[in-house]
Amino acid sequence: MDVFLTAMPALSDAFAMILQPHVIGYLILGVVMGLCIGVFPGLGGIAGLSLLLPFMFGMEPVTGLALMIGMVAVVPTSDTFASVLMGIPGSSASQATVLDGFPMAKKGQAARALSAAFAASLFGGLVGAAFLTVFILVARPIVLLFQTPELLMITIFGLSMVGILAGRVALKGIVAACLGIMVGTIGEGASSGALRMATYDLPYLVDGLKLVIVGLGIFAIPEIIALLRQDKAISDKANLGGGWLLGVRDWWANKWLSMRCSLIGVVVGVIPGLGGSVVDWIAYGHTVQTAKDKSQFGSGDVRGVIGPESSNNAKEGGGLVPTLLFGIPGSGSMAIFISAVALLGSGQIEVGPSMLKNNLDFTYAIVWLLALANVAGTLICIAASGGISKLTNIRFALLAPFLFMIISFAAFQSRQEIWDLVALFGIGLLGILMRRFDWSRPAFLIGFVLSAPAERYTNQAYQIAASRFRRGFDEGIEYVFSPIVIVLIVITLISVVLGLRQAKNIQAEGAVNAGSKRAPMIFLLALTGYIALAYWNSAVIPDFARMDRVFPIFVATVGLLGCAIMIVQMIMKPETHDIFADREAQEADLNTYGLWPTLAWFAALLVASAIVGFILALAVFLLLFIRLRAGKSWTYAGLYTVVGIGFICSLAWALNRDFPPGILQSYFDLPWPLT
Amino acid sequence: MTNTTKRHLARALALSTALVGGQALAGGHAIDLSGKTVEWIIPFSETGGSAKWANFYAPLLSEALPGAPTVVVTFMPGAGSTKGANFFQDVEYEDGTTIFGSSGSTQFPYLLSDPRVRYEYGDWNVVLASGTGGVSYLPADLAGSLGDGGDATPLAGEDFIYGSQGATRLDLVPLLAWEMLGLQVEPVFGIEGRGDGRLMFERGEANIDYQTSSSYLSGVTPLVDAGTAVPWFSFGALDADGNIVRDPTFPDMPTFKEVCEATAGCETSGESWDAWKAFFVAGFPAQKMVFLPAGAPDNAIATFTQAFQDIQARADFAEISAARLGVYPQLTGAAAQTALDSATVVPQEAKDFVINWLGERYGVVLE
Repeated sequence: MDVFLTAMPALSDAFAMILQPHVIGYLILGVVMGLCIGVFPGLGGIAGLSLLLPFMFGMEPVTGLALMIGMVAVVPTSDTFASVLMGIPGSSASQATVLDGFPMAKKGQAARALSAAFAASLFGGLVGAAFLTVFILVARPIVLLFQTPELLMITIFGLSMVGILAGRVALKGIVAACLGIMVGTIGEGASSGALRMATYDLPYLVDGLKLVIVGLGIFAIPEIIALLRQDKAISDKANLGGGWLLGVRDWWANKWLSMRCSLIGVVVGVIPGLGGSVVDWIAYGHTVQTAKDKSQFGSGDVRGVIGPESSNNAKEGGGLVPTLLFGIPGSGSMAIFISAVALLGSGQIEVGPSMLKNNLDFTYAIVWLLALANVAGTLICIAASGGISKLTNIRFALLAPFLFMIISFAAFQSRQEIWDLVALFGIGLLGILMRRFDWSRPAFLIGFVLSAPAERYTNQAYQIAASRFRRGFDEGIEYVFSPIVIVLIVITLISVVLGLRQAKNIQAEGAVNAGSKRAPMIFLLALTGYIALAYWNSAVIPDFARMDRVFPIFVATVGLLGCAIMIVQMIMKPETHDIFADREAQEADLNTYGLWPTLAWFAALLVASAIVGFILALAVFLLLFIRLRAGKSWTYAGLYTVVGIGFICSLAWALNRDFPPGILQSYFDLPWPLT
Repeated sequence: MTNTTKRHLARALALSTALVGGQALAGGHAIDLSGKTVEWIIPFSETGGSAKWANFYAPLLSEALPGAPTVVVTFMPGAGSTKGANFFQDVEYEDGTTIFGSSGSTQFPYLLSDPRVRYEYGDWNVVLASGTGGVSYLPADLAGSLGDGGDATPLAGEDFIYGSQGATRLDLVPLLAWEMLGLQVEPVFGIEGRGDGRLMFERGEANIDYQTSSSYLSGVTPLVDAGTAVPWFSFGALDADGNIVRDPTFPDMPTFKEVCEATAGCETSGESWDAWKAFFVAGFPAQKMVFLPAGAPDNAIATFTQAFQDIQARADFAEISAARLGVYPQLTGAAAQTALDSATVVPQEAKDFVINWLGERYGVVLE
């Protein structure tokens, strides 16, 4: 009862704070700004938020908060556009949405997928806020129960989702995940700073690859290239009329699924240290496991959209708990959020343990502003989805250069070096080949995302447990096998067993026929070669840095075992076996253009950028691509180029970003945007 | 020449430069930045302490500079801040529209001869030096067994776990301090920020921790009030003569020096003490600094110096800065130059000692 006695007055204070016309006005302004940025894949809210900061100074706290929260809240909503319409994961929050959302768009059901996603988002956001209102009062001791072994188990549970997404040949999925983990270990080890598959001569690799680049490379580039080769529009059917109403009805039919996934989102979001990177995969896994008819997942089942989207907005609410209660940001945008609150409160409001005691009304205002921003953002998005989904009817050759421009720009924000583009291209090539030979790209991505936390928590749990065992056996066991850990182990085991049993029926990326033996074999051998090289590279890490050696060695061993079994299988099995899946053979009739000529366009853009800088290279690329590949007139191509360059420059100018320079720029000082 | 005279000389020299700069300003030669955009490079991500610090100053600086230019903070993270610093080393002065914010994490690789460092502090022109302090704290039960004056001797047999970002970072200062006090501290590496270290302490996994002053005030004070954490010592602060005195933000807390004196096995002289002090001075009292690039003319330096002085002269400065920066000197002009010198000129013996200690204790090799 105590809880409610403190909560009720604070809650009514909070609503009195929020429900003022000018506060709502600023909230909607923030929402609109957030939508404008969030629509472009890869940019996310951080860029926009850090841009707002200078204007925060001297603003009334609630108005400033409204503006900022409006912006943060709608990014996981608006990035759904890119995921569903283009197959590009707009941010880490919408990776799983791609799996079923994009096939739906291809079938002409873009509006339906979008509105189902938005309805689920809205619902998830509201469930999250309602849950938090009560939970935030009792959250502190519960969150503190999640020690390192518990965090490690959640990470492993996340990895177990690979089981569901592995595809028809489970072993392939496992090796893909191992490869993802190995790519995630590239760079300086977190524990002793030993280098793995990197050298100080190439500083780019020392910091490792960023999720933006890997996400865009592994999902977006293969889809763009594949669509370009077929030279048609994304959707092969005309849009179905009234699609968006159908989507809302879909959501209503699955409201309990949506509810469960929202709760998954809040709970995982609440735990500090994991952020939201796994939540949508766990929600997707849950959706698949609890569905009766699994045959449509991966080729456009609306439930595959509703599940992850319900969880990712709820997660934003959950992420407020570590941020507000412990002062530990769950994500980059939350970190900026903390410093903005300090700026706004000018000393009176400090994010951290004292927040609940001294500013409970303010805390509630934040929670419900977030919910309100979700409502406003979703309504705008649903209203816009019918129109925006018409993009899927445009001939793709006209859309692709524009997408490439945006993706390159987003990738370049990672480290602001030309190497960002090289990495994007390299990972993109890997993605293309994985798609062709039906290696699970979701499994790869889950491995990559969870690589760092898995290694970190393994090492830390090992170290702390060793210290506990030195103090006494009982104390050690108590630490390692807490009730939460045991429950998580049971859940993980059930999920793995079920997942592997069902995996054969779930083709997360659609069905693929087998082709010839040679090409899949060469690809497998190449992957084996990389993992073996990474194994050797880790094995030579000297003893004093052994903490950085153990994890990659272990993962590479698992990967190599998988590879070895598969090589034997490939030799034994006939050509028609699933293991030889090859999309190239299957899509031969559909493809108008070859892979390499299509890819050469983008390789040329990359090389030209390295020589004359991004903007000059881009201008030439746009002009020639539209003229030669899309076959439009020079006037059309010229106009397209002017609009494209103008657009990207104003975006960069608004966000205060530069473009990748080339060799030319190191000899001549050129004015912005050519710098 | 003794150290003190050297310091006096440096101060006098810097003071006269500042005076000349001041006169230049009086003569109306201050650079005018109207309509321009000042880019403030921070070699960390948007999420760190340096971002907080720069975001605090940026709007104020925009108001204080002549012509009220837009001040934007540009984040250039990578390679433990050496990437951004190397980039700034190559920047040539043009019109005062590029400035750089360094941190203790930029200073330490420089002092430890990290192979990635290609920047030279001596080339740059300092216009602001912001200090901070640090506090080490313990769980209540362990703090209860401390001896008089914080004597660490009773804790000698205890197994300590500490969540650390890396032995070559600022964590070097507390790690060396605890070792000098005879504690067995095992650092658990790989945490991503000091906030995560505090969380580990709150979860009961770590049983010793330190925080910089502003994080201590916001994050640990509530724990102290709740009785789960007890402050042990502050690192202290420097007086005008370079002596370690009590931290003005925590006047009731003993300094590490006092605790060391109270502990039988700990010496406040000798090579480990000298090394600790040198790295403390490099890491805390002048932790964050603002620089103009090499070749900046005096009037540009004077303009920025004046701007930072004007910011501190604001009537509300004490109020708005207390929570975000702590009660620490924000040095400009000659004082900033002195702070820069003491932070970047460390005796060779101290460097050698620390490099050797890192190698033996943690296996860190800086080739």
